[in-house]
Amino acid sequence: MKISQDRVIGWVLLAVAFSALSSLALITTFIFKEGVPIILKQGVGNFLFSNDWYPGEGKFGILAMIVGSLFVTLGAMFIGAIFGFGCAIVLTQFCPRRLVSIIKPAIELLAGIPSVVYGSIGVVILVPFIRDYLGGPGLSVLAASIVLGIMVLPTVTSISVDALQAVPRAYREGSIALGATQWQTTWMVVLKAARSGLVAAFILGMGRAVGETMAVIMVAGNTLEIPLGLTSPVRTLTSNIALEMGYASGAHRQALFATGVVLFVIIMVLNTIALAVSHSKAAGGRR
Amino acid sequence: MSEPQLQSDPPAGQQGLLPKIAIRNFSARFGQSQVLTGINLEVHACERLAIIGPASSGKTTLLRSLNRLNDLNATFAHDGEILLDGQDIYGDSMDVPTLRRRVGMVYAVPIPLPWSIYDNIAYGLRLAGIKGRSEISVRVESSLRNAVLWDEIKDRLRMPAMNLSGGQQQRLCMARVLALEPEVLVLDEPCSGLDPISTAKIEQALAELKDRYSVVLVTNNTKQAARASDRTAFFLMGELVEVGLTGQVFTAPRHERTGQYITGHFG
Repeated sequence: MKISQDRVIGWVLLAVAFSALSSLALITTFIFKEGVPIILKQGVGNFLFSNDWYPGEGKFGILAMIVGSLFVTLGAMFIGAIFGFGCAIVLTQFCPRRLVSIIKPAIELLAGIPSVVYGSIGVVILVPFIRDYLGGPGLSVLAASIVLGIMVLPTVTSISVDALQAVPRAYREGSIALGATQWQTTWMVVLKAARSGLVAAFILGMGRAVGETMAVIMVAGNTLEIPLGLTSPVRTLTSNIALEMGYASGAHRQALFATGVVLFVIIMVLNTIALAVSHSKAAGGRR
Repeated sequence: MSEPQLQSDPPAGQQGLLPKIAIRNFSARFGQSQVLTGINLEVHACERLAIIGPASSGKTTLLRSLNRLNDLNATFAHDGEILLDGQDIYGDSMDVPTLRRRVGMVYAVPIPLPWSIYDNIAYGLRLAGIKGRSEISVRVESSLRNAVLWDEIKDRLRMPAMNLSGGQQQRLCMARVLALEPEVLVLDEPCSGLDPISTAKIEQALAELKDRYSVVLVTNNTKQAARASDRTAFFLMGELVEVGLTGQVFTAPRHERTGQYITGHFG
């Protein structure tokens, strides 16, 4: 009696666990089934490297959006990495531990703010500022990068803090006893030992920046042109899907799914790299 | 506890010189807990001083005060002074990284940094401002020879230091301190986790180095103190009970407690 009950619970739990996995499988098959045919029809080169996106005429080239995503992501990671890594270094190396246990959760709270709120603040404060002081329409690569940079901060900071805290304290002491200053120790010993964790933090933050949609739509301007500078407006891959999916049909709809396929591949590649890097640390770091 | 005039004479040839390290009425505490009380102790040039005593008698704290490693602990506070060549190491004019190069420390647990054997030694040299590759190579080799490790690993200098055995790691840690050519070498139970052969090698290295360095050796192994030191100091509950020539401390201790500890009645 007891055994069969355990077995039933076991099956139920297994089914629950697989439901998450199966939805991943379903989504994956669906977007590939919808998106891949039109990529093949257009030709891979034409789809990825043409700048003509005229759904009415059946022309689907997403180069401008790829470049847009690239620009915005790089800009966001420039800001996110400087502040995220900087914050993690200060917190772990130059702060008492008790302070860290207050500040780190506060930073992680940033992740809980809805992206539409970030977007609103960007529209109300950042965009007019850029328009007035730097020129252009204000809705721009720069605005999107700053907003996204702040949004990836919690990811980058919290993973970096974990990576830096995992470096044995004894390394620091050993280095200091050899005549290194705190800063030399941080730079040459701690950061080096935590390198793989920091790379993982960067890449996961990048994945978040590539995938973010709402805040970017609100501040990026969304024009279909390859951006010429920081103050030019851009459209990213995610914005393109969100903006047009509502009214698209037929080949147009398929082309949006194809955009999704490209995004999917980019994020899969980033996550795989992050996983491989942090895994290689677990396998080879402490021997 | 021990009046200066009762301290035994320094080794011949050193009389009349300034002591290498002079600890004057030194007390230390972490937060509320008093760890060392009123220590007066001198370390002469080119002598090996062993510090023995039961657990929590303040030996390690005293060692870590000598190169100001206790400063890393925010609750550490001290009174009195420690003079290195007559200069107060806690004074404002003391450059702490330089002090740590002059007073080299070897820990109880060997902690090689997560790099190659070569880089573990070259790191300290580069910090000290030595840039030339050839000079670094020369000093890497000579320090490994001094630590009696060179013959075992001379073909594997680029190997990760983590792959060495415990005894080899400890000698590597000693080599990377020796490479900096310190004036004083302080060792905190350097053989506590090691097999007898590695222990013998470290003692051999210490014996060969004694002409060049002052050595302060904290040890829980009274036999090691007897073998590898010129003078021995006995600590108990954060106080210095007595210090004297090793032979005299071990055969005719002045204090009852010293004798009891050495013969294994407590500790």
